[in-house]
Parts: sequence; C-alpha cells; structure tokens
Amino acid sequence: MKEVELKMKERAKALLESGEVARVVGWKKGDFCFDPSPATFETVDELNEFVYDYFCGANLSKYLIQIAKKEGKTAVFLKPCDTYSFNQLVKEHRIDREKIYVIAVECLAKLDIEKIKAAGVSVVTGVEVVDKDVNVSSPYGNVTLYKPDVVLTKCATCNKTHQVKDEEIILHQRPAREVDRFAEVVKLENMTPDERFAFWREQLSKCIRCNACRNVCPACSCVKCVFDNPNSGIAAKANDDKFEEQLFHVIRAFHVSGRCTDCGECSRVCPQNIPLHLLNRKFIKDIDTNYGEYQAGETSEGKTPLTSYTESDIEPNDAVNGEAK
Amino acid sequence: MQEVTTEKKEFVPNIVAFCCNWCSYAGADLAGSSRLTYPANVKIIRVPCSCRVNPSFVLKAFQQGADGVILCGCHPGDCHYVTGNYYTRRRMALLYSFLNYLGIEKERTRLEWVSAAEGARFSAVMNDFVKTVTDLGENKRLTDLRVKEGE
Ligand code: SF4
Ligand code: SF4
Repeated sequence: MKEVELKMKERAKALLESGEVARVVGWKKGDFCFDPSPATFETVDELNEFVYDYFCGANLSKYLIQIAKKEGKTAVFLKPCDTYSFNQLVKEHRIDREKIYVIAVECLAKLDIEKIKAAGVSVVTGVEVVDKDVNVSSPYGNVTLYKPDVVLTKCATCNKTHQVKDEEIILHQRPAREVDRFAEVVKLENMTPDERFAFWREQLSKCIRCNACRNVCPACSCVKCVFDNPNSGIAAKANDDKFEEQLFHVIRAFHVSGRCTDCGECSRVCPQNIPLHLLNRKFIKDIDTNYGEYQAGETSEGKTPLTSYTESDIEPNDAVNGEAK
Repeated sequence: MQEVTTEKKEFVPNIVAFCCNWCSYAGADLAGSSRLTYPANVKIIRVPCSCRVNPSFVLKAFQQGADGVILCGCHPGDCHYVTGNYYTRRRMALLYSFLNYLGIEKERTRLEWVSAAEGARFSAVMNDFVKTVTDLGENKRLTDLRVKEGE
C-alpha cells in the first residue's frame, strides 16, 4: 500500500502543478495511525499530509456534491465501492461529471479499528499488512491478527470493481471471491415475526439519533431533510416513544431503496454498531427477487426500480416473503 | 363512583383504509348506497390517488394506533392518472415486506384494487380484513405508547 500511496501523491502533485485540477480530494493523516480523514488538497505543500492506507475506508463521493460546485476541476481518488456512489450521484444530477477527474485506486479491503481493538489490542501504534497477516504494534507487545477477521463489515462481502475512471493507480488486484451478501438477511427472514421484532427492537433501541448514518450516506443527499424539521416529531431522540427510532429507520432505509449502492458506510459510521446494512440489503434483495437484479450505481443513466414499473409486477400481498414456516 | 369492571372488553381493531378518490372511494360509496355493510371501525381516508400514499402515511397510521392498514386503488390499468397505481404497487410491495422483516405481521398490511363498480367487493374486502386483524389481536409494535394509554 505504501507504493500505491507514493504513486497517488506523485500524481496529485503533478495534477496540481500543471494546473489541470484546482484541488485533489483524498485522505489526510489523523491524530493516530488508524484515523485518516477525508480532505481536500489545494497546494503541493498540503500534500505532505496525504495518506492512503488500510484505514482509508471513508467514501469520498458524497463530498463531491459540495466540492464540485467550486471553480475549476477536482481530482478524486475513488475505491471500487465509491465509484458506484459516484455514478449514482451523477445520475441524480448532484455532481457534474465534467468537473471531476476520477482516479481509480486499488482497495484490497480496509481494516476496522473497532474489530482490532476488540481482538484485545487496546492501544494501537502502528499496523502493517502482509498478505493475510495484520501485524499490529502496541506498547504492550505486538500482535498478529488474521486479516479477514478484522476487515470492515462492508469489505467482507465486497466484490465490487471500478465502474468509472479517467485513469487508474492499481498495483495489486483483490482476488475475486465467492461472497454472499444476503446470508444474514436470509437468516433474519427465516425467524418468526416475534424473533425478528425482538432482534430489531434490541438493535434499534441502541440508536442515539446522532444522524451519522444519514449524514454519511451518499444516497441521502437532499438539501433539506425531513429529520431536520423540529415539527416532525422525529428530529431527535425522544425516549418517551418506543416507535420513534423504528420510524426513523424505516423512513431512512425506504428513502434510499433503489438508490442504495450497498456501500456500507451507514454501518461503518454508526457509533452504536447497529447493522444498518441489513435494513438496506433487505430492500436490495426484494428488488432483485421481484423486479430483476439491479445494482444501483452501475451506470449513471436509466431508471431506478422505484421510478419504473411493468404491468405484470407482483402484488404487494404476495410479495411479502421470508415468513417463517 | 364508577364501578371497576374486570371483564375483558371484546377487541375491536382500529383499521385505517386509504382509498383513492376515483375508484375505491366511489366503491365505498356504492357499498353504502347499496346498503351493504362493512365494520364501522374502518376509518376511510380519501386520497387523490393510491400513489399519493407516502410510505410514512402507513407508518403514521400505525403510530397513531391503527391495528391494520389497508390501501385501495383502481385496478392496474384503470388509474385516473394512468400510471399512479403501478408505482404504488412497487412501493407497497417493498414497504410491506420490509415491515414484515421488522416483525410487523404481514397480515396487518394489505393492498386491494377496488373499482367504482365494486361496492360488494369493497364490503367483502373490509369484512375480511377486519376479521383477519381481529384474530391477530392488538398491534403493540408500532404504536406510540401514549396513544393507547390515553384510551
Ligand atoms: S444506505 Fe448505507 S449502504 Fe446504502 S448508500 Fe447509504 S450509506 Fe451506503
Ligand atoms: S449512526 Fe447509528 S446511532 Fe447514529 S442515528 Fe444512525 S443508527 Fe442511530
């Protein structure tokens, strides 16, 4: 990953120096080795802070909505999953494609610091990845973890490839694997309604209504959001109403159905570790079964499943599946 | 002083029926003028088109204490606005399945196509839906607790 980072930095420098782009969007060093954050670089000097490592899980696409409104062209580094969100935003006319220069970068799956810490390393001072080994340095002794155990949940079932690029910096390919992203959804479908209700009640009750899942979601790009309306009764956590958090989650998930690219950012940012991707994937699975396979963000044109129809669509009363026998 | 009764009241469900103006609401009217009966606990909300029903209307109905929600519109192909009900069909297919996924029994949600000429069908559909929901019992899951407590 170090060589890739170097190449990206060189490329960013060249683009800025030549004036081809006015700014580059990437990631910059954080306070620790595991918290790089999305950043805009406008000068070559600023690039000293540039990083690209195994903790650059953040999806940069949504930042482009604001950034693309600025003067001049913007270069952006996109991982495979980010390109789907990018396409979807172009499709929804949120980003002007002409103003963005997309550099596709390799991913190889990103790491989840929470999982590393949960594996027993409380203080992390450095992380190095060699093949399937994650060597974590810590003042209390170094530990080697098995990579598939500590990757981000969204990366564990990802098989995505770049859907859009103007150039690429790819030195290693992630081998294609057999993945089943619906396995967990099916498990839930096979429970009884009572069990499912208990499961979601437990999960959703943890919600603190920080709205991080909405803020990070590239599909949630409305200028004004219903949840920001103080009169809606659902703008903040109100513990006196047990329905409250469910209402928020149903509306959030429904609003992005057909447009959710399954980028997994919602689950990644949730401070309460609520498996939000299982809500969105239910919609994706139902759309696939009822209306044919559909992957949002594969192209930047065409209709979405909820803005189209056929005359012989399944009836809602028959479309409720996954009932326990 | 009022006498305290320990006797259990018979459960009468609250049913919300969204009916489109052009077909189903007219169907309900016809049922009425033909002296066909349907339970009085079905609260009809008239909407311009079944497509007007935002999924959050269904949620809101449950929140306000509905035990079952039914949506009625013109038969596919007969929509006054030509294609509205086709979109409704996809939307509700996803919503109902999703609610079921969260543990809200699928029997509590329903969609039926009822034309302006189908008064008898309207009455039959409502009777059947009320019976189904009555058998299921009270919806405790999506209700705002404050709503039912105040009863
Ligand atoms: S709902 Fe979650 S997985 Fe879907 S696009 Fe939004 S952040 Fe990504
Ligand atoms: S990120 Fe998690 S805690 Fe925050 S609003 Fe979303 S689900 Fe709730």
